[in-house]
Amino acid sequence: MSEYQLEVSGLIQEFPRPDGAALRVLDGLDLRVRPGEFTAVIGPSGSGKSTLFNIVAGLDRPIAGEVRVDGRIATGYSAQVAYMPQKDLLFPWRTVEANAALGLEVQGVPKREARARVRPLFGEFGLEGFERSYPAQLSGGMRQRAALLRTVAMGRPVLLLDEPFGALDSLTRTQMQLWLAETWQRHGWTIVLVTHDVREAVLLADSVHVLSPRPARVVARFDADLPRPRTAATFQLPEFARLEQAVLNALGLKDHASRILRMPDTSSDRTET
Amino acid sequence: MSAGRLLRTLWPPLLLAAVLLGGWQLVGRFAIDNPQVLPTPSDVASAGWDQKAALWQNALPTLRETAAGFGLSFAVSWIIATAMDFSAAARRAVYPLLVASQTIPVIAVAPLFVVIFGFTLLPKMLLVALATFFPLTASLAEGFAAADGEAARLLRSMGASRWQAFRKVRVPGALPFFFTGLRVSITYAIGGAIFAEYAGAEDGLGIYMKQMQDVFRTDLVFATILVIAVLSVLLFASTYLLERLVTPWRRYERADSSGDGGRGRGWGRR
Repeated sequence: MSEYQLEVSGLIQEFPRPDGAALRVLDGLDLRVRPGEFTAVIGPSGSGKSTLFNIVAGLDRPIAGEVRVDGRIATGYSAQVAYMPQKDLLFPWRTVEANAALGLEVQGVPKREARARVRPLFGEFGLEGFERSYPAQLSGGMRQRAALLRTVAMGRPVLLLDEPFGALDSLTRTQMQLWLAETWQRHGWTIVLVTHDVREAVLLADSVHVLSPRPARVVARFDADLPRPRTAATFQLPEFARLEQAVLNALGLKDHASRILRMPDTSSDRTET
Repeated sequence: MSAGRLLRTLWPPLLLAAVLLGGWQLVGRFAIDNPQVLPTPSDVASAGWDQKAALWQNALPTLRETAAGFGLSFAVSWIIATAMDFSAAARRAVYPLLVASQTIPVIAVAPLFVVIFGFTLLPKMLLVALATFFPLTASLAEGFAAADGEAARLLRSMGASRWQAFRKVRVPGALPFFFTGLRVSITYAIGGAIFAEYAGAEDGLGIYMKQMQDVFRTDLVFATILVIAVLSVLLFASTYLLERLVTPWRRYERADSSGDGGRGRGWGRR
């Protein structure tokens, strides 16, 4: 058994451009994640974060490089990791419970058993009493928690979260981040989180990987050894501010960032340019 | 629907109908005064009431033909639309023929079908199916094609087979489209059966109407038309009922889009 639960090495991916030339999106990307580690991947818009996830999720094949899950080659195989896409993609015709059980059903678990297996998780995900509701009856934050529940319920070794809170308003987003920090602490899932949000990455992750602009490589890796558990108080720590600054610098936002950071009311979104 | 809303929905068409019927009554009574040419609404109502047993006995076979033909149409549309969804070649081959089939005038093929198949259920079934299967097939095919590509990717990442993705995403996603097609086609269904009976049948509202025409019972012709109209409206309304039963989640979606505009923060909302 490998030391790493997820190993991505030397990924190269290209897409054809309209003029026939190849557009290189990933340029030798490496990523190593230990069991139980919470890793964040952050990069400028269009830097290939979704491309990376599509490959790790087995939806696309890279031109070169490989993906290993628990030491076994997983390149091009789906169903090795649990993937939570950017949109919650809850099916409107399924109850919350049935949505959460979807992954198990696809794996061949009988419908009733699949639902019985996800039901105990509802309390922890703040969805108790909504088992038989339809997604349209839920708030945005609840929908994201339901989508995460569906992801977790698959029982895969690695969770891929693609900007899970990107569409939420900032108050709900902060609530969700703190909730995820707490829930992750209890379960010790292995998580790869793609995000645009430097503060989110620093708050949640054990390690932060910074991608270059396209074609993407990992240009910096930070250990986020802030104390656990992470709470709202974590935002106040001097180490938090230092790490945030370091990540911003690695993103090449040095001057720009220091200008923004001096302003009192800064939304983390502005670091994204 | 609440009683108050039902009333608000119903009174404008009822009022208009009352005005039209009143005008018809006056013209029929005082200007034409010949029930064989234009019976008044009251003539139609009393003649229909006198012959209610005959109307009912003829309505039953018509409904049977409609149901059988529509069932056939339903099955064929799902098979064709599914095949078109799984195979681009099937789609390219079948779709032009489907469109072409809609140019066949039902009124012209009805007598042919009777000549070929006799006074049986089969020619009526086929005509009802011919009149109704296109809107069903087209709406289903479109509904399948409209399925969210990202939802399909999510299922693929879960390891779903093509058939699982079809059953779990494309079929439920297509249902709202299907019901739109169902409403269009169901209004053609009884008409198809009537045409078929007109061309030759032992019983049914179509042949009854023709017989009444032949003996100048214009009042009963109108009464038959009334029965056909009522049956069509009932079938049409039943599609809404069926839709509510089959797609219960749609109620919340509508409430959501027309309601408070936001899903709210609602941790405690139920």
